[in-house]
Amino acid sequence: SSHEHKLNFKKSKELCLSYIQDAMLQKQWKRAAEFLTFYVESLEKDYSREQIGPSEMIWRIGTEILCHHSHSSMREFNCFIEQMKTLGVKRYLKVCLEHVFHLLCHGQIDEAYQNLSLAESWRFGEQTAIQDKEMKLIQAYRGLLDYYSWSKQKSILLEHGLDGFADLSVEQEMHSSFRKAAVNLKEIIKIPGVWDLFVKCYVDLLEFYGDHDEARQVLNEYAYNSKFPANPNAHVYLYQLLKRHGESKKSLVSALKILHDIVPSHELMIDFNTMLQKSKKSKKRRLGLEVIFAVLDYAGWKESVKAWSCLARQVKQIVISEKHLDWIKQEWNCRKDWWPAFHFSRYLAKRNWLENKSLSYEKALVAGILQGKDCKYFKYVSHQGCKAQVKRFRMLKKFVNRHSPVYLRTS
Amino acid sequence: RDFNERCAQCSEVNWGLTDGGRFYCRSCHNVTERTREVVNTDFITNSRVHTISKGSRKQENNDGRCEWYVCEGFQLILKKQAEALEALGVCPQMKDEVLCNFWRCYLQKSKQAYCDRPAGETLRALSACESSTDVDSEPEPPSILHLLSLSESEGDLQTECSFASSRSKVSESTSVYSGSVDGSLYVVKNQKGKLRMTMPMTLSFCYMALLWLREPMTLSELLRFVVEGHIPYLNAFQHFPEKMKLCGLDLKIFCVESWPVYEEVHNKMLELAAFLDLPRFPDITDSCFLHPDMLCIKYLMEANLPDELHNWTCRVVKKIGIGEVDFLTLVPGNKSTRKVKYDILAAAVIVVALKLLFLLDDHYEWLLSDLAEERNKNNKEGCLYFEFKKWYEVVKHSLDVEQKKLDEEKAKYMWRCEKPLFYSVKNKSKVLKRRQMVVNLQNQFGKLSGSVRRAEKPNPSSFQLSWSEENTDGSCFHGHSLKGILQEKCGLLTAMNPDYWLCTVKLCNEKVCGHLAHYRDVDFPQSYHFVLRLFSFLLRIQPSYIHDEVCMIEHKLFNKKLYKKLKYNTVLRK
Repeated sequence: SSHEHKLNFKKSKELCLSYIQDAMLQKQWKRAAEFLTFYVESLEKDYSREQIGPSEMIWRIGTEILCHHSHSSMREFNCFIEQMKTLGVKRYLKVCLEHVFHLLCHGQIDEAYQNLSLAESWRFGEQTAIQDKEMKLIQAYRGLLDYYSWSKQKSILLEHGLDGFADLSVEQEMHSSFRKAAVNLKEIIKIPGVWDLFVKCYVDLLEFYGDHDEARQVLNEYAYNSKFPANPNAHVYLYQLLKRHGESKKSLVSALKILHDIVPSHELMIDFNTMLQKSKKSKKRRLGLEVIFAVLDYAGWKESVKAWSCLARQVKQIVISEKHLDWIKQEWNCRKDWWPAFHFSRYLAKRNWLENKSLSYEKALVAGILQGKDCKYFKYVSHQGCKAQVKRFRMLKKFVNRHSPVYLRTS
Repeated sequence: RDFNERCAQCSEVNWGLTDGGRFYCRSCHNVTERTREVVNTDFITNSRVHTISKGSRKQENNDGRCEWYVCEGFQLILKKQAEALEALGVCPQMKDEVLCNFWRCYLQKSKQAYCDRPAGETLRALSACESSTDVDSEPEPPSILHLLSLSESEGDLQTECSFASSRSKVSESTSVYSGSVDGSLYVVKNQKGKLRMTMPMTLSFCYMALLWLREPMTLSELLRFVVEGHIPYLNAFQHFPEKMKLCGLDLKIFCVESWPVYEEVHNKMLELAAFLDLPRFPDITDSCFLHPDMLCIKYLMEANLPDELHNWTCRVVKKIGIGEVDFLTLVPGNKSTRKVKYDILAAAVIVVALKLLFLLDDHYEWLLSDLAEERNKNNKEGCLYFEFKKWYEVVKHSLDVEQKKLDEEKAKYMWRCEKPLFYSVKNKSKVLKRRQMVVNLQNQFGKLSGSVRRAEKPNPSSFQLSWSEENTDGSCFHGHSLKGILQEKCGLLTAMNPDYWLCTVKLCNEKVCGHLAHYRDVDFPQSYHFVLRLFSFLLRIQPSYIHDEVCMIEHKLFNKKLYKKLKYNTVLRK
């Protein structure tokens, strides 16, 4: 019969769920809790054909409510989660893991560790194999907490070391933490994924114990193994390691080059440009120019005095040497349509002058070279600067006027 | 009967009976040569009549269970419902005489008791299948899953029931599949000519009895009381005595998880009346509560409309003859006449009256309202003229508030009963564990919800919306006069509105599509929709049902004009 409006259990609970959802979206936690009490009886009905069953709903909704409700406590939360763990064996490890995250967020490190250990020892027939991924994560996080203990013990030792007291038991604990941590961290980073946190800790451990080769190997794998997802941080870590070990400029440059390809706006690009500008090889200097222009394509760098000063320095140097003007021409070609509005508008000239004289100085130099002395930005800033009788602006005006023809050649 | 030998093939002890009276193993279907004594099909007759007429003597087994039949369960439920109705003010005759007799008549007609030889289908039903497979093949008792697949399933019994692997011992005349003796019978698809008892049908019985006695309770009211919890329905089986154990298929019969719909209950009632061969019901005269003139008074009050409108509703009723005794009185089995739904009819009459006076085309009623307002300013007569606009604002506000409450109530229904139920002993522990967890969670979040969980049912009341003349804020329109929108013609007051729009020019064939017309709110003026919505809320039914009745009334009312038009059309074509 076509009684679709008939109210039955399923519809009633769907309705209930929509009320819970509305309440949660409006942050009305009391109301959400109220409707949840009416929803929980769906646990007694089987929903095995649905994608998300009531047990998962209740877990997720209940967690949200308990997180935000003003009257809920950690104890209540823990009690709730323990019940959730018994509800769905297929989700057991996931629930454990999220519980651990919650505990960590509330600073309950020891409880988190206990829970992780407990979860690690869980076995349930074929479910153990099916939930293998979660298990690996649990082990990894336990490794992380072991690292954290190691770190604490290390700082205690270092303190005492200064005082001249050697604490043997702490040292032993420290080494034991190291071993436990290393085993688990090593395992997780073998699996393709984004493991920044684990990798950093693992490398820290390795470096402390002097295993630089292994550290280098690990980061190389992390950065260059194609099975791993492209991750700019991997390159950053590798670069930092190489820098720490005083590796050659060549290897530093190759590490940063990839970063430039992936994330042209990365903050390390400033260092990169600085490094490249100093190079004797023209190819490197050329790359440097490309790098700094690319950085300033991004809005985040618009007001960075450092970035502009790098560009200004390099452009100035090229203009003075009168060599490689074509480099500037190449870089400017694809930007001359939109950089003027983006960086060198009259409005920006006024604002920069008011807010940050150094910024306006650097930008004016670049503008003057790229667009000529008659461009809006340069005219305004240099005029203001000369009016204010600031020396460097007078110098700037002279410089740009002198090299004006350059503009004509680069446009 | 206690055949405890191990099967030769699979060594299990799980015996059933073939039609030929031989034992066969349920696990591996190995048929033995062992036969049991001729099954006495009469035992069913005796024990049934025995248990029903005597009532209390039940054959008890060791474990405190007794044999019970499904119809006994229903009988208990009906009794409880009748008691509840009595508590609401219905005369005791209903319980003691009318309902009782109807029920006995039903049992007799459906050959479940009070007859010589009941259909000996118990065993046959268990062993035959309704499917279209080879009937002559060796019939094996179908597995529980098979039985379930034959039944109209509402819900997911298949996943909860793990009977396929259960190995309970077959005890004396108690089916493995249910606590009741004949539970499996009820689950199999309805056989022709039989009117199988269901939970919604209990309400059909009640309504039929109420109608017979011409009690002042409409079907929509009855259903509302059910939903509000004043009449046992959902989880009514809680009232069964301890000894009547419910499990397995019984749950499918007695555990409903939806509220019955007006149409469903009404149609079943008609079917039932015909099945029982009842004669013409007591006359519904114009002094009966169910007469449209009377019901209109009630609904007009509840809708906060002026009492003067009653004159107009009476006129409509009279004009189309729906106040006639023969029209209103139920004659079971007569398929040609359209069966009257008193409450919906009365509501529809009011809607038509409103349309006659106010047109309700989203323009005219507001114009009239402005006119009435003007007249009110100069009004010296003392009682206010009715202004549609004011009425709309007041009633809409209340309606929205109540509707919102009702919608929230729908989301807050608790379906599960106190007594946990299990399909088999096997999943008892699981069920109890779940139940415990549900209770824990309810407590935990109940504390966080800040308010005490409403434990009280609202007091039963005949009126859902009430308006008091004592209110000084002018929110009660009962005493208002319609003079503001009427004009005088030849000494009579008539409506200013000369027009009328039909809801539909052509009525559908109800028997084909179930409706006289098809209502979509976007196709009609908002005022009309509002009025439908109001009565839809009061009667707790879909607006389309009221719309159907409105169409029916309009066609009766303007019959001549329509007929003329049709005739004119055919003439033209020639």
